[in-house]
Amino acid sequence: MKFDSAATTNPIDRLKVIGQPLDRIDGPLKTTGKAPYAYERHDIVADPAYGHVIGATIAKGRITAMDLSAAERAPGVLAVVTARNAGVLKKGNYNTAHLLGGPDIQHYHQAVALVVAESFEQARAAAHLVRIDYKAEPGRFDLHAAKGSATAPEPSDLTGPIDTHVGDFPRAFAQAAVRLDETYTTPDQSHAMMEPHATLASWEGDSLTVWTSNQMVAWSTGELATTLGIPPEKVRLISPYIGGGFGSKLFLRADVVLAALGARAAGRPVKVALQRPLIANNTTHRPATIQRVRLGAERDGTITAIGHESWSGDLEGGGPETAVGQTRLLYAGANRMTSMRLAVLDLPEGNAMRAPGEAPGLMALEIAMDEMAEKLGIDPVEFRIRNDTQVDPEHPERPFSARPFVQCLRLGAERFGWDRRNARPGQIRDGRWLIGLGMAAGFRNNLLAKSGARVRLDNLGVVTVETDMTDIGTGSYTIIAQTAAEMMGVPMEQVRVVLGDSSFPVSAGSGGQWGAASSTAGVYAACVKLREEVARKLSLNSADAEFVDGEVRVGNRSIRLQAAAAEGDLVAEDRMEYGDITEKMQQSTFAGHFVEVAVDSATGESRIRRMLAVCAAGRILNPKSARSQVIGAMTMGAGAALMEELAVDTRRGFFVNHDLVGYEVPVHADIPHQEVVFLDETDPMSTPLKAKGVGELGICGVGAAVANAIYNATGVRVRDYPITLDKHLDRLPDVA
Amino acid sequence: MRPFTYERATTPAEAAAAAAHTQGARFIAGGTNLLDLMKLQIETPPHLIDVNGLGLDNIEATEDGGLRIGALVSNTNLAADPRVRRDYGLLARALLAGASGQLRNKATTAGNLLQRTRCPYFYDTAQPCNKRQPGSGCAAIGGFTRQLGVIGTSDACIATHPSDMAVALRALDATVETVRADGATRSIPMADFHRLPGDTPHVETALETGELITSVVLPKPLGGRHIYRKVRDRASYAFALVSVGAVLQPDGTGRVALGGVAHKPWRGEAAESEMPRGANAVVGQLLAGARPTRENAFKITLVERTLASILVEAKG
Ligand SMILES: Cc1cc2nc3c(=O)[nH]c(=O)nc-3n(C[C@H](O)[C@H](O)[C@H](O)COP(=O)(O)OP(=O)(O)OC[C@H]3O[C@@H](n4cnc5c(N)ncnc54)[C@H](O)[C@@H]3O)c2cc1C
Ligand code: SF4
Repeated sequence: MKFDSAATTNPIDRLKVIGQPLDRIDGPLKTTGKAPYAYERHDIVADPAYGHVIGATIAKGRITAMDLSAAERAPGVLAVVTARNAGVLKKGNYNTAHLLGGPDIQHYHQAVALVVAESFEQARAAAHLVRIDYKAEPGRFDLHAAKGSATAPEPSDLTGPIDTHVGDFPRAFAQAAVRLDETYTTPDQSHAMMEPHATLASWEGDSLTVWTSNQMVAWSTGELATTLGIPPEKVRLISPYIGGGFGSKLFLRADVVLAALGARAAGRPVKVALQRPLIANNTTHRPATIQRVRLGAERDGTITAIGHESWSGDLEGGGPETAVGQTRLLYAGANRMTSMRLAVLDLPEGNAMRAPGEAPGLMALEIAMDEMAEKLGIDPVEFRIRNDTQVDPEHPERPFSARPFVQCLRLGAERFGWDRRNARPGQIRDGRWLIGLGMAAGFRNNLLAKSGARVRLDNLGVVTVETDMTDIGTGSYTIIAQTAAEMMGVPMEQVRVVLGDSSFPVSAGSGGQWGAASSTAGVYAACVKLREEVARKLSLNSADAEFVDGEVRVGNRSIRLQAAAAEGDLVAEDRMEYGDITEKMQQSTFAGHFVEVAVDSATGESRIRRMLAVCAAGRILNPKSARSQVIGAMTMGAGAALMEELAVDTRRGFFVNHDLVGYEVPVHADIPHQEVVFLDETDPMSTPLKAKGVGELGICGVGAAVANAIYNATGVRVRDYPITLDKHLDRLPDVA
Repeated sequence: MRPFTYERATTPAEAAAAAAHTQGARFIAGGTNLLDLMKLQIETPPHLIDVNGLGLDNIEATEDGGLRIGALVSNTNLAADPRVRRDYGLLARALLAGASGQLRNKATTAGNLLQRTRCPYFYDTAQPCNKRQPGSGCAAIGGFTRQLGVIGTSDACIATHPSDMAVALRALDATVETVRADGATRSIPMADFHRLPGDTPHVETALETGELITSVVLPKPLGGRHIYRKVRDRASYAFALVSVGAVLQPDGTGRVALGGVAHKPWRGEAAESEMPRGANAVVGQLLAGARPTRENAFKITLVERTLASILVEAKG
């Protein structure tokens, strides 16, 4: 099915199931520990061998010698896989460095060996017996030092254009009545999901099956085949339950490749989980940025010039963090420029983490907007509203499909009690705490990807949905079931959803907040086909047939749905594809984030007191799972603002705090009270469900809202994330 | 983790004797620190002596009005003991500021005192570290040092002792009671229990090889206000950037000990005589001679401001 014009009324609009705050259908499996994650497939392989990954201990250079003999002789050891004995391995398209390194080393903790043994403990002990000598070479590990050498990267689908110019930015900025020119920095961040990357691999002849934890089944199936040099049809990848990904599991990673190689070498199934201390340096991370924002405005608050430049680093051949993307679309302004520059760094490879681009980009832009509002003497909410745009400011012929941005801000201000904010910072106290309110805009584009599904009706009236879509803890199972239930007119209990298997129709997968809207649209398309099949089978005119309460009704005739499958299951498969609708119109999601913080006047510790997000993301398919997504993302945004940072050792070239003691993410005590409001909205230009993504919107802007609240509390502006106490301590007011 | 042998001891003397028997043997109590270190092969004991069955899990009153805390009393039980809560609030508060509920259920008094540093380079066995591997160098110096020590450091090591409980015990003038392999017992004042790194950062305490901690003794209660302020980047479940434990008397005198600044809980009795003159005066003396790095110099200001705030709270 092709979607290329506005959605009209369809069975989804009945909202009997869609739009209801239903519990997640996989919830009981998760809470009882019965959902089998990749490392726990005892049901499939009772007695696998275990792999332990060895990471390189230099950042750049070569392996000069490797002595495996002691490890190979150790108790229980079945095989030691290295680049020397693994056969020819190619590199996939989505990873920058090789997933099994050697003799060249491209980054710290790049995998260089897998020790396979009968037990986990044996594999781990033997791994310590492998002796590797390296010759280290000097590398570039410091973004600030490398900034001058940064160049314009090659544009790609992921980056969009590298530089944009509209009007005459330099002149308009120079002539603006009020100007702001500030530089902001965001650090490298780790996804820090609970479940490590994990895979169980099993060969049957030359066919490989991997049970893994991966967000993008089709991508990674292809990448695994490419890497191993085997035909894609020989690879089956199964990823039904994922303990968090946040972008870290979008791609094929070392666990999958090494499990496959280990299983081949050992001649039996092997499972591998990346050890936690390896994850920060072995896998991808969100790259650090240096961002310069320039704003010029008239005294009445009209922006006349808006410029945003971003510098980030990556391994040779990698890509930039697209931190300027939102600045092209969020605010009006006749004269504009954006640009991205990329420096070569020999740190581990950067890649997508929840809302790549917008998350760090808004952390900079939305502090700048707060600073500019203060310079202008205008309320920050009003300043943003004054510069709203209903069209793409770089391409005014492209309207937004829907843009209730102003409503988000106004409703948020009202619900939060924004009028109680004192515009003069550092004024409000509660005992020893300095209190501040801050806000920021949230913005994330709505990305759509073609997505397929297969639906089956059996003679009990059960509808089964099969798609390679994944559920990374987001609620995909549930919203897909809701879509099928609504379309086929059956209760939720009559729907079965099976996900994450590469033998199923290819879906959009989970990433870029495209999963919910895209995958449900694919299920919609398949259900439309199944409805036609049912009608044909029952000799009804499908255009008139109403599917409701387990029945198919035309006029005053009604037939049980399962009657259509009396002679055998009815199966329909289709996918949703998109015309140029997204080119003609800009589809985005919007939020207003509001935060209250308390800063300890003595120690400078910042603690959040309450948070509110008002979100507009089209139709909300399930308010409960959508809310969970948003509060989780707000929590991650709070972490970005207050504590998350991979500490770079710029001499040795690695992220030092590579475990969950060193890399702090928020705990419950950091997140006392969160409220989420969704605007009652539909976007008919998005999909037939009129829904958009919401899983990343929740993080976008939060960091800046926290930063602005801290400034409002203290009067000290910190432009270098995370805002830890050491960055404002010596500028805080004296302890009374 | 290296393969190891394991035994359960039944008396303190037997445990100490057993430890002297096998070179590199370790006692295991809650295991919350030791097992993590063994999994990463930062520690590789060939033999473990389980001390959980020694009957050292009671808290008793001493003759001179103090408390004797068994080495195996869990952090949870110690923090919840009514006598501790009433008379040694500093200790209860420091304990509850540490780790998480689950960990405190397992963690023991002796194990907590002997927990090892959280220097991130100590945890990465690919990096040189004089504490982990004597003579290999110190990767932290010149590297990422934000969490590390500012005073009493050496050119060999700038790590800190991460315990909250130990800060309180130091301020309260506790003593550590032990038994050695030959059955001899002794008492070690907290002031002498932990060592500065010097040239031998791997030697962290005054304990001899195989010496078993049997109890920790608190002298009779001090009265006063007991305040423990742990400063950290997140609100819970994080090691201190700095912590300040203070016992303050109505007449303006008091005691103060610091965590997160040195290789041991940091206290200076002389500096305490400055207490009536305020935090600035106290910290000026207490941290005189500090050698912070560029990344952790903020700890000096932080200690001073935190103590100042505590003094305000104590008056209120
Ligand atoms: C995630 C995490 C967070 C933490 N956060 C904090 C925190 O915020 N603040 C804090 O203070 N601590 C914190 N801790 C550390 C925790 O307090 C210690 O792990 C715990 O106190 C150790 O006690 P244990 O009984 O488990 O010791 P074990 O791990 O059993 O032993 C530790 C050491 O003590 C030795 N030992 C044990 N008993 C004796 C004895 N009777 N005589 C002689 N030697 C003995 C062992 O041989 C070993 O060397 C944290 C730990 C973790 C894992
Ligand atoms: S500071 Fe001490 S613990 Fe840390 S690396 Fe140096 S020697 Fe090792």
